[in-house]
Amino acid sequence: MSENVTAARPSAQEPVKFKKQNQAKEIWRRFRKNRGSMVGLFMLILILLAIIFANVIVKYSAATTQNLSIKLAGPSSEHWFGTDSYGRDLFARVLYGGRTSISIAVLATISSCIVGSTLGAIAGYFGGKVDNLIMRALDIFMSVPDILFTMAVVFALGANFVNLLIALTLAYFTNYVRLVRSQILSLSDLEYIEAAKAGGASSARIILSHIFPNAMGVIIVNTTLNVAKIILYESTLSFLGLGMPPPQPEWGQILAEAREYMRSAPHMLLFPALAIILTACAVNLIGDGMRDAMDPHLKS
Amino acid sequence: MYRYIIKRILFLIPTILGVIFIILLVLNFTPGNPGRSILGVSAPQEAVDQLNQELGYNDPLMVKYVHYLKNLVVNHSFGTSYFTRQPVANEVLPRFWVTLKLSIIGIIISTLVGVPLGMLTAVKQYTAWDYIPSVLAFLLAAIPAFVLGMVLLFVFSLKLNILPSYGLNTWQCYIMPSLCMAIPITAFNIRFTKSSMLESIREDYIDTARAKGAKESTVIWKHALKNALLPVITNIGLNMGGLIMGAVVAERLFSVAGIGALIVDRIAYKDEPVIIAGTIVISITFTIIMLIVDIIYAFIDPRIRAKYTRIKG
Repeated sequence: MSENVTAARPSAQEPVKFKKQNQAKEIWRRFRKNRGSMVGLFMLILILLAIIFANVIVKYSAATTQNLSIKLAGPSSEHWFGTDSYGRDLFARVLYGGRTSISIAVLATISSCIVGSTLGAIAGYFGGKVDNLIMRALDIFMSVPDILFTMAVVFALGANFVNLLIALTLAYFTNYVRLVRSQILSLSDLEYIEAAKAGGASSARIILSHIFPNAMGVIIVNTTLNVAKIILYESTLSFLGLGMPPPQPEWGQILAEAREYMRSAPHMLLFPALAIILTACAVNLIGDGMRDAMDPHLKS
Repeated sequence: MYRYIIKRILFLIPTILGVIFIILLVLNFTPGNPGRSILGVSAPQEAVDQLNQELGYNDPLMVKYVHYLKNLVVNHSFGTSYFTRQPVANEVLPRFWVTLKLSIIGIIISTLVGVPLGMLTAVKQYTAWDYIPSVLAFLLAAIPAFVLGMVLLFVFSLKLNILPSYGLNTWQCYIMPSLCMAIPITAFNIRFTKSSMLESIREDYIDTARAKGAKESTVIWKHALKNALLPVITNIGLNMGGLIMGAVVAERLFSVAGIGALIVDRIAYKDEPVIIAGTIVISITFTIIMLIVDIIYAFIDPRIRAKYTRIKG
């Protein structure tokens, strides 16, 4: 701790100590100085804990058991977030809905990152015809607006967890192809890659152990920010009636149901909307903080 | 320069062919039985089979693709709706204009508000002029468009009762749908313009300009702004995707008879011709707008202009 403080703010009395620091530690030190991102991290940890231990906090049956005698009740000590149009406990629905929403978002981000980065790495590293083929195909692919394409895929395959994952991956992998390709193109010109080539390193080795670690920062930041985007995107799909089928709760779906009862039960809109907004804000704060922490321009 | 434009316009042809193919390919996986949906549950099986045959529903993908293209080029027809049995063009095109109108309003609002605010935040960094729009943009970027639309609906229609909640009959009707489309993009534009401007302010040529003794206002408005606006222009093209998503949501939420709402509605009836035609019409418009933005960009950016002039000469 004291070393970090010294490194951050060297005072006039003490001589500045230069200590070899590992890069992750250095990034973490800069990240920690950013108050906003620490708030985001704290919020995200709270949200994750709440949804992971949802079964300890409230029983799953509360999220699905219908009790029409208490339908559309406002928040009370018994039902913290009130109840929905079937008398189901909204607090339980928001918690368990978070499980679905966040796990889809995280998995879809990971799979689109893997698919997109691989294609981008191939296009960027091999260049020429391969690059041309991949990028032109991508141009055509990207001419169909995301939302229409995802709607078509979910419509054609049917709405369930795996198909939503496929649809979201198809909508988001394109970002990674462009990102990773441009990273590789800019890194390939650097001298250390030339040195590795001269040393006889194989293509796979150059990509995996020389280019990837250096492109990693940008990819991680984008991946983080993508999780927030996919949470919003997926809730929109649910709102349009193309999300997870009921009765399994999911944030966008709870909101879609809330629409009809906006006048009599605005709490049905408030709580799931807050859940989405807080999660997206937390993830964005972390992403922005990481970008600042990794940006070499700001290195002091 | 012309070479670049002609190249880009020619690429429109494979793009449109590719788009139609991708959409047909995806929708080819759809289970279901349009004949059955049209004739109802009690219709005899033979009639259903015959109708499916007539509609070309059982054809293999490539045959469907060639038929579709032939029909489109020779007859200028998008086929017949499974659901209303009307020519698809009659359903899609009037609704397309509605969506286009809303989208244009949305893009104008989000650009005219978002870009200047983004510049303001960057120029006045670390003051209230920076913090207030930045925080606002940050929060708005985390709200899904449909939640925003529901909040607008709740406040202005249900509580204050000053704006109509559906349709597009009077000019007041346009306010909420276009805000619902424009606000998320405005937030994005603020953030994007800010980072582009900040990056440009950090460049060496800004230090050079200051070292030469240029006035601070000249440095910002002439040197930094010009370079910062280039990526912002490309960004307006990239906004189109978000705009279409906003249109689908807003039309659905405010019961506007646009193309997005049409596609979502017909999904329930598995009305493939309408879904395909709607998606194709939007995608082609999207491609053409992206092309126009790219060409404008090439005209403005002297680096791209120089690249293509050199090739020619």
